[in-house]
Amino acid sequence: MITVIAIVTDGLVYAAWLFVVAIGLTLIFGVMKILNVAHGAFYAFGAYAAATAIGLYFDRGWPVAGGYLAIATAAVAIGLVMGYILERVFLRRVYGRDEVVVVLITYALFLILEDVLILIWGTDGRSAYQPYTEAGSFTVGGLPLSVYDIGLVGFAGLLAIASALTIKRTTFGRLLTAVIYDRETAAAFGVNVTRVYTVTFLIGAVLGALGGALTAPKISVTPGIGVEVIVLAFAVVAIGGMGSMEGALVGALIVGLFRAGAVHLIPQLELFSIYAVMALVLVFRPQGLFSRVQPRKI
Amino acid sequence: MQRTSPRACLARKVSAALLFAALPIAAVAQTAAPAAAPVNLGIVSFLTGPAAGPFGIPGRNSAEIMIEMLNAGKVPAPYATVGLAGAKITPKYVDEAGSTANQVTEFRNLVQRDGMNAIVGYISSGNCLAVAPVAEELKALTVFWDCGTPRIFEERPLKYVFRATPHATMDNVAAARYVLKKFPDLASFSGINQNYAWGQDSWRDFVAAMKALAPKATVDKELLPKLFAGEFGAEISALLTTNSKVVHSSFWNGDLESFIVQSSARGLPARSTMVYTAGETAMFRLGAKIPDGTIIGARGPHGVMAPDTPLNKWFRQVYEDRFATAPTYPAYHMAQSILGLKSAWEKAAAAKGGQQPAIDDVIKAFEGLEFEGPSARIRMAIGNGHQGIADIAYGSFRFNKAENKAEIVDIVRYPAECVNPPANMTSTAWLEAGMPGAKCN
Repeated sequence: MITVIAIVTDGLVYAAWLFVVAIGLTLIFGVMKILNVAHGAFYAFGAYAAATAIGLYFDRGWPVAGGYLAIATAAVAIGLVMGYILERVFLRRVYGRDEVVVVLITYALFLILEDVLILIWGTDGRSAYQPYTEAGSFTVGGLPLSVYDIGLVGFAGLLAIASALTIKRTTFGRLLTAVIYDRETAAAFGVNVTRVYTVTFLIGAVLGALGGALTAPKISVTPGIGVEVIVLAFAVVAIGGMGSMEGALVGALIVGLFRAGAVHLIPQLELFSIYAVMALVLVFRPQGLFSRVQPRKI
Repeated sequence: MQRTSPRACLARKVSAALLFAALPIAAVAQTAAPAAAPVNLGIVSFLTGPAAGPFGIPGRNSAEIMIEMLNAGKVPAPYATVGLAGAKITPKYVDEAGSTANQVTEFRNLVQRDGMNAIVGYISSGNCLAVAPVAEELKALTVFWDCGTPRIFEERPLKYVFRATPHATMDNVAAARYVLKKFPDLASFSGINQNYAWGQDSWRDFVAAMKALAPKATVDKELLPKLFAGEFGAEISALLTTNSKVVHSSFWNGDLESFIVQSSARGLPARSTMVYTAGETAMFRLGAKIPDGTIIGARGPHGVMAPDTPLNKWFRQVYEDRFATAPTYPAYHMAQSILGLKSAWEKAAAAKGGQQPAIDDVIKAFEGLEFEGPSARIRMAIGNGHQGIADIAYGSFRFNKAENKAEIVDIVRYPAECVNPPANMTSTAWLEAGMPGAKCN
């Protein structure tokens, strides 16, 4: 019984983390058709910004609860600044170009930003564990669980609900849907596509930074953390369907639960399990679980 | 009283003037004598990435300080001579971050493009395994300074490659001996190690040593997450579901620190005593976040477990003065690798009457060499004289709240012959045979 509880909770915690990281990636792809490799840099900068904010905050001996606000503030600030600079300075110049060219540009930006990160924060790792350790733990069925981890699951759930409501119930959501379906037609109907792109990219950047910021209290924040994450996020998005937010949620759940099952039952297959499930899904649904097959425009 | 004539006085003054005038000329003549050409030394270490902070940078810093002090002739005896047999060392630092293929390319660049006379490099066991055959192909003298896989010299004999730091078998045999000293009736244990050469070899050696020393103890969980995973929630749950009294881990870099924090937050150390074979690198960085009683290794008798020798005192002092932190074991590994190279170089030079030696002479001198490191005497006793062995120490972590200081207590030092295979056996064969010939007293 304890193993079942462990698989479910571990799977949900991992899925929550993956979803927060992947949702920004899939949003940018869905709206802008940009496979944004620089998303890994948003994650890394978010983690560093949060680690710095946590350090500054807790050094002053302020109440623990405010530390979580410091994490969120740091992530939003760094995400907005980076997203704005990247979109205005680089990506706006290549809208409409071949998707491969845009991928290469975001890849180049990712590599450059990795070095910028080292220039700013240095090569040494940063620790910002207080929000994680201070949150404490509780026991379910004999298994101690971290309050911070379960809080992350709750946050991811709220994020999923908020995304769905925004898409379906708000004007901006409808504009997004219109641009996702057909950019040119949306423009013909008077939608300011460029502004939608800018806002989308900013939201995606903030979500990427938030993923890193929420992870920072659990890990040693070191240069290179964005590389691992971007590969996993791509796997999740590929399973769910490129550009689909429901897909990102389901993809994250599948990967999270499969990985947790593997760790508990067949630990030798842990690494293999993530990519095996991706391969299996893509064999039967090459476009991912939630993407529709689309005719190619000529 | 005898009076000096004015003429004699003048003669003396002229002589003195000529002598003073001649001094600078003599000095110039002395400095103009042909100085030994500098030795170009490639230093490869993680300068960026997750392994940089706890491993790569201390190693690089140690190289910087050792080379600077050697060039100035300021290292205490027996290393007080300048550079390598009088030739100053010119270092070139290279980042170990990136793929293994990239490291092989960088190694070729160091040898073929940059003309390095020798290379002291590599933390990652994967990189050492990949670079070793290339070093042989290029006939490039290479000293591995930190990687731990025992396979380097066990899979094939190597001529140009040396490793002055002992390999992982020593770490894990000593860990098993220390664990059984603490828990003589241990029924079962688990392990979490990174899924690549270092982690796999470490776990294999620990299990084999436990099998030899405590045949009734069984393995509960065997976890091998990928390198740099960072997130270990599922692995911690898996360990929490076992009844293991002891959990072995050879984690290093950011993974080590992340795992310590995540497992402590979920109470794993309250159920199982953690054994970190490379734990010393995290003790100053994490301090009180490491639970008291955690078993800590330093891949040798390094850091706070090092003896109080004049060389060690000097090394600690210069390192702390420069970098405002105590040297951890990667710093010791780098220092002893450079000192090993110096010892071999100067032994070869001495055999040639003080002339700078050829690389083949250095290799001959390095094989089977014995020399003093800051923390232990190193004997290049196995791997056909290319692999060093030394004593090792293990202890238990304690955070001294009164002094706000991380400490290691209950330190046990194991002689080299107690924890290393003999020259004529591979580590696996030695462990499987029950460690014959081990001398522990």
